[in-house]
Amino acid sequence: MEPAVLTGEHYMTGDEACAEGALAAGCRFFGGYPITPATEIAETMAARLPKVGGTFIQMEDEIAAMAAVVGASCGGVKSMTATSGPGFSLMMENLGLGICLETPCVVVNVQRAGPSTGLPTMAAQGDMMQARWGSHGHYEIIALSPSSAQEAFYQTILAFNLAEKYRTPVLIMTDEVVGHMSERVVIPEAKAIKIVERTRPRGRKDRYNPFEPGEFGVPPMASAGEGYNVHMTGLTHDERGYPDMSVECQEQMVNRLVGKIRNNLDDIIRTESHRLEDAEVVVVSYGVSTRTAYAAVEEARELGIKAGMLKLVTVWPFPERQIRELAGRVKGFVTVEINLGQIHLEVSRCAAGLAPALLVGHCGGTLISPEAVIEAVRRIV
Amino acid sequence: MKQTQTLNHPLDDLLRTDRIPHIWCPGCGIGTAFSACLIAMKESGINLAKTAMVSGIGCSGRGAGYVKLDSYHTTHGRAIPFATGLKLANPELNVVVFSGDGDLFAIGGNHFIHAARRNMDLTVVCVNNFNYGMTGGQAAATTPHLARTTTTPMGNPEMPFNLPLLAWASGATYVARWTILHARDLAESIEEALQRRGFSFIEVLSPCPVNYGRRNKMKPMDTLRIFKEKTLIKNNAQPTELGIDFERGIVLGKFVDEDKPSCGELYDKTCRPSLTQGTAA
Ligand code: SF4
Repeated sequence: MEPAVLTGEHYMTGDEACAEGALAAGCRFFGGYPITPATEIAETMAARLPKVGGTFIQMEDEIAAMAAVVGASCGGVKSMTATSGPGFSLMMENLGLGICLETPCVVVNVQRAGPSTGLPTMAAQGDMMQARWGSHGHYEIIALSPSSAQEAFYQTILAFNLAEKYRTPVLIMTDEVVGHMSERVVIPEAKAIKIVERTRPRGRKDRYNPFEPGEFGVPPMASAGEGYNVHMTGLTHDERGYPDMSVECQEQMVNRLVGKIRNNLDDIIRTESHRLEDAEVVVVSYGVSTRTAYAAVEEARELGIKAGMLKLVTVWPFPERQIRELAGRVKGFVTVEINLGQIHLEVSRCAAGLAPALLVGHCGGTLISPEAVIEAVRRIV
Repeated sequence: MKQTQTLNHPLDDLLRTDRIPHIWCPGCGIGTAFSACLIAMKESGINLAKTAMVSGIGCSGRGAGYVKLDSYHTTHGRAIPFATGLKLANPELNVVVFSGDGDLFAIGGNHFIHAARRNMDLTVVCVNNFNYGMTGGQAAATTPHLARTTTTPMGNPEMPFNLPLLAWASGATYVARWTILHARDLAESIEEALQRRGFSFIEVLSPCPVNYGRRNKMKPMDTLRIFKEKTLIKNNAQPTELGIDFERGIVLGKFVDEDKPSCGELYDKTCRPSLTQGTAA
């Protein structure tokens, strides 16, 4: 066996770092389908998984990849897939199944510019609202967004930990630049990495209910083959997993699915701030665009403008409270993202009536320049 | 007064009796196909604690909801890829896919052919009732030419799949077809398939009197009469001769039974020989 954790200093792409993060987190199943710019994640997993006792399978399409990932997780194995826009669209159906069946798993979207086939080899952040609402019905989702290869490594571990803890699919919304850029990545020793495992049921097997909430509102999860006779369905179901076509059951099930995220926001939401203490303008960003935001804040400070940065590590659930609090004391917000206004809509909503919110974005294909951000910052101060 | 005695059904231990009555209509054949499947599981001697059933969507797709095993009622057409993930995650499991023709061969057709090509270690039981029953009787990929359904009101202009031919051509290593009238042969076939490694496919012809039968002048008994009088058991028949023709006759039997390494075995051998050497049986 090869080590699952490649302790040491490396020079690797964000895609490779993401795959290594998954292996370090204990991922042992990858079901995928090739797509630029996410293919290198599948390639790394194809080479590495069998050597650490895991399984890689290239499925016939992304629909099948996502279904296999949910199936593997029900079999008790930490599982992942990685894709980009067109494949992400195909995964939405079984992402919903994963949410409804409360199956821990990780889905990586290395974003490229769309709509449709778009610019396959060029970066964008245009799938952020799809990440939030892409599957049908009302649900909550957790989505992370790394801005470097090193973050891709750590955030993939975090994604698995959150998926296991909350028994839900977790999305990693990276992009072509982060995916393809090679950078220094430091991988710590295995014992220094905190790994979370799903809560397993205890007590009598015949009394186990697969959807009876435990700690944090999350039901302990039994795997197939353990003798629990688990039943799961994508239909609205009760705590036993049995379909129940009543309005009451629908209300109970959806409220709990939503509640297990909404009631644990303090544990889930992660942001990082830079020079926010005395900031008059907050530059909000995530993923690769935080690199632009960071440069802009530094330059603005040199020009004597009190700018600060709020970096969303978890983009979903959205840090509403934090934006509201900031909105009460700053002159305004500038959201930097490679689209024509998605997370900007959230910032605007939360700042409404308290502070103006501007967008610096474009249609995709390149990164945003710090100059464009500074111009927007100037309009606020 | 005479004492009424409650007798347990011999399959009770494999049924979620708290979910009975089931949703299937009177005269429907799915229940018969389903019990043949449960009998086969019991008779085969496989470890039922390590056996899972996966279904897609549709009348037959409700099967997973009634079996007292690890059971997963998944999305429309996706039972096979879900089952693929489940099996690869835990190779000890016996994984049975129980679903309908619309689910497995229209929306799920691509998954079916690829799982067969890989010789994925699954036992796939397809209840073929020639239409979409759950949604009220629309045309399926198995609806005979000129048959009437709600979406082919002038008769079906298209041609149906020959499912055993498709399975064989895609690489399935066990292929059989029965009707629900041949419940014993069917159960034996499923039992045999459960003991085979690789991708097994069993087609079960089944009446849907409520939707298909009603629109095609076939009362419940008429369909069964066809199943009785117009069928011919011909083991090892050429897959190309297995197109369904209610007039000329329908061939039943076991058509393919080959022993070939399964997808999981080939993965072990090709990709992780050093890890599995010691553990291989
Ligand atoms: S609609 Fe047809 S297939 Fe469905 S349960 Fe009724 S008879 Fe059976």
